[in-house]
Amino acid sequence: MAFGPFLLLALMEGLVTAAVLALTALGLSLVFGVMRVVNVAHGAFFMLGAVGAWFVTEWVGNPPALGFALALVICPLAVGAIAALANGLVLKRLNYDPEATIVATIGLLYIFQQMALTLYGPDARPVPAPFSFRVQLPWFGYSGYKLAVIGAAAVVLAGVWLVLNRSKIGLVMRATQIDREMAQAFGINVDRVYAGVFAMGAGLAAVAAVLIVPIQQAHYLMGGDPLLLSFIVVIIGGLGSLRGTLVAALLIGLSDGVISVFFSPTLAKIIATLLVALVLVFRPQGLFGRQVTR
Amino acid sequence: MNGQPLKPWLAPLALIGLLAVMGFVLPAYHHNNMARILVLAVFAMGYNIAFGYTGLLSLGHALFFGAGLYAAGLAINQGGVTAGLALGLGLLAGGGVALATGVLALRTAGVSFMIVTLMFAQAGYLLLLYFGAFTGGDEGFVVARTGRVLGGFDLTTDGPRYGLALGLFTLAILGQTAIVRAPFGRVMVAMRENSARAQMLGFDPFRTKLIVLVISGLYSGVAGAAYGILFGYVGASFAAIQYSILPLLWVLLGGSGTVLGPFLGVFIMFYLIDLSSSYTSAHLMVVGVALLVLVLFAPRGILGGLRKRWGTWLA
Repeated sequence: MAFGPFLLLALMEGLVTAAVLALTALGLSLVFGVMRVVNVAHGAFFMLGAVGAWFVTEWVGNPPALGFALALVICPLAVGAIAALANGLVLKRLNYDPEATIVATIGLLYIFQQMALTLYGPDARPVPAPFSFRVQLPWFGYSGYKLAVIGAAAVVLAGVWLVLNRSKIGLVMRATQIDREMAQAFGINVDRVYAGVFAMGAGLAAVAAVLIVPIQQAHYLMGGDPLLLSFIVVIIGGLGSLRGTLVAALLIGLSDGVISVFFSPTLAKIIATLLVALVLVFRPQGLFGRQVTR
Repeated sequence: MNGQPLKPWLAPLALIGLLAVMGFVLPAYHHNNMARILVLAVFAMGYNIAFGYTGLLSLGHALFFGAGLYAAGLAINQGGVTAGLALGLGLLAGGGVALATGVLALRTAGVSFMIVTLMFAQAGYLLLLYFGAFTGGDEGFVVARTGRVLGGFDLTTDGPRYGLALGLFTLAILGQTAIVRAPFGRVMVAMRENSARAQMLGFDPFRTKLIVLVISGLYSGVAGAAYGILFGYVGASFAAIQYSILPLLWVLLGGSGTVLGPFLGVFIMFYLIDLSSSYTSAHLMVVGVALLVLVLFAPRGILGGLRKRWGTWLA
């Protein structure tokens, strides 16, 4: 293949990565923005979504499209419920102390991994795509499902943006984010907002996982990469900024695609992790964020 | 501190004595386990110096452990050096990597510091995989037997292995006691309690924390080197995130900022997994639940709780 089409292929692969990454990272960013919690278990929620999708599609059987559609509804709700439970049982009792919650979410991460390992097993298993057609480009054919993933992610992102900026729920969330005590004084039930935000963050990770699982198999350790990349995106984009998260997801996703195709996926990750560390050291507000006042 | 110069040394010396006696009476299986525990306890003490006494919550100590492990393993296999020199190289590698990491990471604090150290460690782990042709990648490599002899003693046999592990442990725990009892140790605790106030009193937080991180790196590096030499295997999994989490877990369990806590934490965690594995294969669950229980119900750890009740001689 010539260089041009090869680059196009790399960019398209990157765009799929970016779409899924944007959803996952948005969940992490919301939780950090509103609750000031660094959720290390975020990748585990992603994994639970993917493993859940396998169980749902297996249970429904034929047609695969029905199972997939059900999984897309059930998995985020179930993972969100688990997250709300974890929030109530653990994080709330720690009063959301930043360092204690990191240790606690590491604990949750191991517990979720063990649950998946025990119930689902150590194998990586595929989930059938709801449809399979190839889009024939002049140089190569491309999976229609991958293009659908990009579209679906865009729809969900638009939905989240609407909820955050145009609904009462979003208003309450933003009020809690800006000043927790003042929000409480105005009669906002902060505990419920926190439970909701934590569930929503986990649910977004689960949506991303269900979308990606027909391309990538479900495995109990699959949460590591999404967690790492989400951290990278959230930090580079600036914490709590939706636009920054999107731009950073595109940047990281596309460069990951290009470097992975032309060099090696490991090299792409090395560059991204070092970039994050350096951004945090030299520009803590992120590349696109403004200096936040606390 | 000045009135009773001997008292803080009693507990570590008693422990060393007990461990030395154990070296002669333990059955083979536990003998081997204890040697592992002693080496890992050196790593845990390195973490304790940074986290327990100075409040530097790092999530990247696997990088320092891995640096020591690979420096020793590669020097033996590729360079044909002796075990003693390999241990020294591991020590320096741990300290050197800690210095480089610290210069950058210590410009941040709190949650940012945790993420920056995590990212550096992850980059280090990925580099090991990337240069798999040289490092053995995922599979790692077996340390050559020629590098597992020290002063004529064959370190693959039980006695010398336990001896070297106990020797390192002794140096490490006495070193730790000396550091935290010295005036510098007081500055470390001051940094943990209130960095801004310590700065106002004329102590440079960056310099203090950098020195602490390098000491911590030296401990981690020599522990990594010893682990490779004594147990004969070097692999990338020892540089993965799990080996950054484990020292945190050990120190939290035993009691952060206590002299004996790191050893106690490693000992309990090791045998908890060892015993539970006869009932269940759910190691991850044991680690996860232990972390949650600790952070929810016993943030001071076992010795931290006891010390509060029975006095500071335990520390």
